[in-house]
Order: sequence, then structure tokens, then C-alpha cells
Amino acid sequence: MAKQIMDTVLRVEELTEDIYRMTMSSEFISKNALPGQFVNIKCCEGEQALLRRPVSICQLDRGNGTYDILFQKKGTGTALLTCKKSGDRLDVLGPLGNGFDLNEKYQRIAVVGGGIGVFPLLFLLQESKAAYKNAYLGFRSADLIVLEKEFGRSATSLKIATDDGSYGTHGYITEILKKDLLSCHYDMIYACGPTVMLSTIARIADESGTQCQVSLEQRMGCGFGACLICACKTKIKSDAVDKDGQWHYSHVCKDGPVFNSKDVIFD
Amino acid sequence: MKGQGHDIDMAVNIGGLQLKNPVIAASGTFGFGREHTGFIDLNRLGGISVKGLTLEQRQGNKPPRVAETPGGMLNSVGLQNPGVRAFIRDEIPFLRQYSIAIIANIAGNTIDEYCQMAEILSEADIDAIELNVSCPNVKAGCMVFGNTAAGIAEITELVRKRTSKPLIVKLTPNVLSIPEIARAAEGAGADCISLINTLLGMAIDIETRRPILYNNTGGLSGPAVKPIAVRMVYEAAQAVRIPVIGMGGIMKGSDAIEFLLAGASAVMVGTANMIYPDACVRTLEGIEQYMESHSLTSIADISGKLELNT
Repeated sequence: MAKQIMDTVLRVEELTEDIYRMTMSSEFISKNALPGQFVNIKCCEGEQALLRRPVSICQLDRGNGTYDILFQKKGTGTALLTCKKSGDRLDVLGPLGNGFDLNEKYQRIAVVGGGIGVFPLLFLLQESKAAYKNAYLGFRSADLIVLEKEFGRSATSLKIATDDGSYGTHGYITEILKKDLLSCHYDMIYACGPTVMLSTIARIADESGTQCQVSLEQRMGCGFGACLICACKTKIKSDAVDKDGQWHYSHVCKDGPVFNSKDVIFD
Repeated sequence: MKGQGHDIDMAVNIGGLQLKNPVIAASGTFGFGREHTGFIDLNRLGGISVKGLTLEQRQGNKPPRVAETPGGMLNSVGLQNPGVRAFIRDEIPFLRQYSIAIIANIAGNTIDEYCQMAEILSEADIDAIELNVSCPNVKAGCMVFGNTAAGIAEITELVRKRTSKPLIVKLTPNVLSIPEIARAAEGAGADCISLINTLLGMAIDIETRRPILYNNTGGLSGPAVKPIAVRMVYEAAQAVRIPVIGMGGIMKGSDAIEFLLAGASAVMVGTANMIYPDACVRTLEGIEQYMESHSLTSIADISGKLELNT
């Protein structure tokens, strides 16, 4: 059950251009949050950034009672977050959303992330008890790569691709995943990133007969299910098609952000 | 509650609708109350105006459905709701666990739909009907009625004939003359009017060169609209005898007091609920504190007590 709490900022650091990591102290979040869940943050007390900003939880230290969020400085709200100092208090709603299904029967898993979508996948890898955890991360270029060391430590194997070839394999990470699926099997693929990428991964998973969970994104309002703003198209039944009466709008904050890829209509 | 030796009476009667306090959760921001139960005791509220209902289930508009703007937000949710029958079957029993007034907010695509819903809801265990004739996010239908005095009069009259429940007509600010519209609603039999609904607005993504909302335009709400809303509540309260419910950017008690002074007998808190789940309760407590510190004993001591300068 989510709560509205005041968390304490411990540290804010810029990892690479416009990508920041904020470490927060929070007994409630660190005790209760699960991989895939997010927090909805009020970036200032007043009206400068009126709505809360939803940010996925990237790492969590249950023992120390802290959690990390990573975010891109994009607009007013995130700019305000970058100015927070150690000791500042932040009004946080969370943990929100449904989290990834980490059933222990999934022993061979792949996490596939694109750009800033990779962050919640680190939390997943750190909590997962799977025997084989392979990470596939795609970035536009080398200077946008973050958390490579952390992913390397938490995954059985790590493959990185960049759109411009400045690091790792030149090309899309989804192509590498597709190739790997020809020769190896995964019990579950967990994906997070741009919608176009998720759509591709969903198709690849389907073609290879692999189960897949995707973490969707949508502009949000309340973040806890009351306003119906963060709508996403989902099938009413898994075998339905994108046709009137066979789909409906679910909501990313309460039915998601994690969905079975077969249920999502990407359009 | 006690203040300075006097009991403070927060109860108000709005055109036959009895409320234990003047704070109502506005339609569209509070669902059917379920999500907020995790954060507040729903019993604290005077009432809830539920998510806008249509005759049949509605999926609503394609996302994005929100764009933040300076001190506010645009929404184009498009009345996603389970339909009036599902509301009666699934949500009324849930809400009746709490001692709050249930206001059914209704929006129709056609006059006939409004009439059908009025008839259906007349038999239901609700405390009032709020007529939404001003939803800017729906291509056809209710927008047509809310913009003119004649349209308001027509729809109010038709709904009035079909229900004896307290009837609140929710006014759109996207009109030339609020007093004229308010008088039209009163003349056609409204027990009460509520205003303002959202203002029509647009926000553009300068990189994609497209509006942020998929629907292109949407309804503006939040603190940015408060000055317009307060002015319109004042004008409406001056124009009619029936009670007025004020809304538009209320974030806290002092905002609510402005509306009450301007002539409202009750207030609705909307956008704030999305940001602070306890916004209604904070607003209520703010009103109580104001009354206590000014040694006031009832809402009537504040309603309409504005004194103009000139």
C-alpha cells in the first residue's frame, strides 16, 4: 500500500550529461518497494512544478534503508531535483505500481533496456534469484552509458550496444537479443525503454515463444489510479486484436507499469 | 468542534443537499473514492462528485491525456468511465460505507442520454445529480449545451422533469456571460450551480511541433485558473438566488475561503487531489482554522461576505 511520506535526500550526483542519481533515505520505501515500482515526487513545495514526477526505483538497500532513483534532467521538475542538497526533504508518494513478476520458476532471465529505461532493471537483477541473469542494454552513444559496472556485477553476462557504434556493438540491442534467442532459451524477458523498442521486443519474444514483461511509460497525473490520465491500450483477452470491443484502456500507474507483453497493444 | 467557547457548525444545505461540511471532492480527480481511501478517511469529506458518467461505458481519449502548464495542467481524459449502470451496481455500495454525500456527475452525448441517465439515477441511492454540460474533451455532445443560455435552459429543463433529486448544474467558463448562463440554469429549475469547469487550452511540444495532448486541446485546471474562477463565482452568486458551489484551483483552506467570500456556499477540490491525496482534508482543516481564528460559528458567516472596494 502506497503512502505519502517525507524522504530525506542523502546525495545527488551527475553521472553523465543530464543523467543524475539521487540517493534517498526512506524506511518505508526501502522496506516495501519491489522491482518495477516507482515513486511520484513533488519536486518543489509550490506551483513551479505542479504535478509530481514519476521515477522508477533503480536500486534499493533494504539493510541501510536507502534507495536510488536515476533520472534525466529534462524539464522544470527534474531541474529542481538536480538542485536538491543532502539533508533536504522530499515529498514522495510510493511505492506505486505493480512491479515485475519475479517468480522463482524463472531461472533463466534476460533484462533488456534502452537508454534511461535501463534503471529499474538493475533493481530487478539485484533482487532476482534466477540462476542466469543476462543483461542487454542499448544506448544512443557511449557518453550516455550509465551503471555499466553495476549491471556487470549483478548480471551473469552483460551486452551493450550503441546506435552510433561508439561503444559495444554497433546497432540495436534488440538485434543482439534476437540473435541470441536462436541459440538459447529464456524463461522470461523483462524489458524497459522507449515504446518503439518495447514493441520490437514484444514481437521478438512472441516469435521465439518466450514470455515477456514490459514496463510501460505514459504521462501521469496522480500516479495512484484516481485520475485515469495515464491510459494505455491493452487487450481484454490475450488473444484479442486491436479492434473495437476487444481492447480497453488500462492505466500505467495502477494496472502497470509492468504488463505481459502479449496484452499490450502498441500503436 | 469548539472554537473560543462557541461550537463551529460546518454543515451546509445546498439546494436540498445536506452536507456535514462544505468540502466536496470534484468530479474527475477522485474516481469513485476507492484510490484515496489509502490516504484519507473518506468520512472527513462533505461529499464526493464522482467521475463523470455516461450512459454506456466510455474508453476515453487516446493518450497523452495530460500536459503540465504554468501553475496548472491540461487534461483530455475524455470521460473514461464504466457507465451509469456499472456505477450504480459497483460503486454506490462502496461509497455508502461512508457518511458522505454522493453526487452523480453525468455527461451525455445526446439530449436523450442525459434524460435516460436522469431517470435511471432518480431510482438510485444517490444524494444529488450534477449536470456536466461543459466537458471540453468530448468531440460531440455535452459541449454543445453548456455554451449558451438557451442550451443550458433546455438541458436543465429536460433533466429537471425526470428527477426530484437535488440538481446541480456545472457551468463552463468558456462563455460570454456567466450571469446569463447562471440565470438560465436557475430559471430552468436547477437547485444549485457549480463552477467553474475547465478552461479550454493547448500546449505545444516545440520539438515535435505538435500539441502535447493527443486530443490537441484540453481542459485547464489548477491554481492558474483560480482568479478567473473566483471572479465567475462572484458574478454567478450575484446573479442568482440558488446556492453556488465554487471550484477552480483550490489547493488549501485559504483558497476555499476566497470562494466562500465570493458567494459560494460550498467548494469542490479537484486538481489538488492528484498532487496531495489529502487535499480535501487539508482544505477542510484550513477552513476550520480560519473560522476558529476569526471566531466564526458557521459557514454562513463567510458565504458571500465579500465587500467590494468600489
